[in-house]
Amino acid sequence: MSSPSIPIYKSLFDLPREEYFAPGHGLCAGCLVGPIVRILLKVAGPNTIVVTPTGCLEVSTTLYPYTSWRVPWIHVAFENAAAVASGIEAAIKSLQKKSVIDSSRKINVIAIGGDGGTVDIGFQALSGMLERGHRVMYVLYDNEAYMNTGIQRSGATPIMAWTTTTPIGKVLKGKLQTKKPIAEIVAAHRVPYVATANPAYYIDMANKFRKGLLVDGPSFIHVIQPCTTGWRFDPRYGIKISRLATETAMWINWELENNEVFRVTVPVPKRKHVKHYLRAQGRFAHLTDEDINVIQKYVDKEVERINKLVGKEVIGPVVE
Amino acid sequence: MDIWERIPLTSNYAAAYAAKDADIDVVAAYPITPQTPVVEKVAEFIANGELNAEMIHVESEHSALSACIGASATGARTFTATSSQGLELMHEMLYIASGMRLPIVMAIAARALSAPINIWCDYSDMFATRDSSWITMIASTAQEVYDSIIQAYKVAENPEVLLPSMVVYDGFIMSHTYEPVNVAKDRAPILEYIPKNYSRPRLDPDNPITFGAIADPNWYYEFKYQQVIAMKNAYEVLSKADEEFGKRFGRSYGFVETYRIDDAETAIVTYGGLYGTVREVVDILREKGAKVGGIKIRVFRPFPHKELVDSVKNVKHLIVLDRAISFGGALEGPMAMEILTTLRLRSIDVDLYNYIVGIGQRSVTELDIINIYYHASKLIEKGVRLTESIYWGVRE
Repeated sequence: MSSPSIPIYKSLFDLPREEYFAPGHGLCAGCLVGPIVRILLKVAGPNTIVVTPTGCLEVSTTLYPYTSWRVPWIHVAFENAAAVASGIEAAIKSLQKKSVIDSSRKINVIAIGGDGGTVDIGFQALSGMLERGHRVMYVLYDNEAYMNTGIQRSGATPIMAWTTTTPIGKVLKGKLQTKKPIAEIVAAHRVPYVATANPAYYIDMANKFRKGLLVDGPSFIHVIQPCTTGWRFDPRYGIKISRLATETAMWINWELENNEVFRVTVPVPKRKHVKHYLRAQGRFAHLTDEDINVIQKYVDKEVERINKLVGKEVIGPVVE
Repeated sequence: MDIWERIPLTSNYAAAYAAKDADIDVVAAYPITPQTPVVEKVAEFIANGELNAEMIHVESEHSALSACIGASATGARTFTATSSQGLELMHEMLYIASGMRLPIVMAIAARALSAPINIWCDYSDMFATRDSSWITMIASTAQEVYDSIIQAYKVAENPEVLLPSMVVYDGFIMSHTYEPVNVAKDRAPILEYIPKNYSRPRLDPDNPITFGAIADPNWYYEFKYQQVIAMKNAYEVLSKADEEFGKRFGRSYGFVETYRIDDAETAIVTYGGLYGTVREVVDILREKGAKVGGIKIRVFRPFPHKELVDSVKNVKHLIVLDRAISFGGALEGPMAMEILTTLRLRSIDVDLYNYIVGIGQRSVTELDIINIYYHASKLIEKGVRLTESIYWGVRE
């Protein structure tokens, strides 16, 4: 059960043993959504209601008459998880005022959506939920494309990445635009807690879930989720690629508390070149060395910006 | 003991009063003309402490109904209201609300659809929801709006039904017109009629269930067929709910209302606020010796085939006034099509003359309806049966 008294997790052994995400789901072998949700529900506990918009997680875990969810769960549509979660949270408040639900009981309301359902089609509902200040934790599992419909470009797809709608042709090669900075856009709503997380750093991720559930208001956890099918890598390398994302600073694990305290929770004193991350994935197989250097420059700039924000060098120079 | 207080209310305010007296738990709504005063009034009730409910000030109608779905799935008695484009934006959610069997109640101030944009009344928005599996009532007076919304909760929340329900009334013509309405002085007698019940399946951590699972071709059909049964059940449940309402409160409406129909050869059929004008016209024409009556369709879903057949048993000709267009349809008046189907399936040979009126709130006066009656009478005299709708008063 989640309450302010729960300690900060230091190791895997600190996490509850109870499982609320049942095995037997239909996620791809090597898909990292499973471990993300498994840890999320361990942190959240049974006093939790989950909303999932349409996406891989939804279709793979609730094929009637089966379900992988040991907590109350609802799917409504693609673009409205945040609105549905708002309704659930408001209903709990109302029914607690009317003593239908025990008013001392804290019920977590969690929305877990993919990048399409969050940064694109679900963005308006998300923004509305954040602005209204509902006590909902929104977890984005970001696999950087519409994987459920078969790897189409989303607003979260990184520059130059191959998808089926940004194919590698004679004229155009991959996505032309950069990734939408959704966590910062969420932070601009000045909500109590925003963080980015990486399942390769699962204790950091678990503690962020924990913090997100403790704040009195909306929280948003943006989790990178390497997709074996869409990113084109062997299923066994998910965590390895996840870790490379942070080691190369393609993905920086940070948190912002109360719109004031910004910290990088996984400092990277010695950075790896982005080629290690990019060359491990089929979706970047077409990149030339020159292309990779362009991406490296983007990352260098971002690292500089983040270091400035923190006020010291938390992400070091490229050493290998 | 008189439990009622008679006060002047618009249909919009009557809808808000009904929501208050139903002691709703959650309201999520977005402003749109001509529905806006409903949510304004509900907000006032909450601000004054007259209603203990959570109001979600959503950023769109799509989110309004989405939030209602979330709230209703959590067990709350839930209310919303909209019009026109707002209802269109909700369209996707209409089917999900009914598919998840959530007893949400919605007030609709009927309004024309864009383009061109038109903020005034017609029933295009309501008819576009035809197959969404919502119980649909159309009110003709502010009193009926109030009463129907209370009845709507009674039917929607019945375990044999569990379908969402909409109560529709004319945008502006009714939504912004004051009429005397009896509202409950105290909501207790209303809540005796519609007691709060939180026992239906809901999102409850003590009893985790999965809502909105994916149903493959082996299961989807059965889910949909259960809705068919639920809508069939709603017929009987609504009938009883209306009867009980009548016994408790002295007002009931039936599925179909008739006016001076007993010896009528021709009946003028319509729905919504226009029925008031039809009744006036019947009186005027009766004075001139015409054997004419009026019929109002109050319940659109489930369609009142029994009551309709009963009401036309002595009638030879029907004039159906439709305030929406089914472009390219077998007949372009959507209500006329329903009526025709009902009658033909039962081999009832009544001539039907379908007139399209009031589109985008083009005025429909008593004189218009009188002229429509004479226009149809001439066709009847000549033995002409129409195969198309007549677009009354349009500049071609």
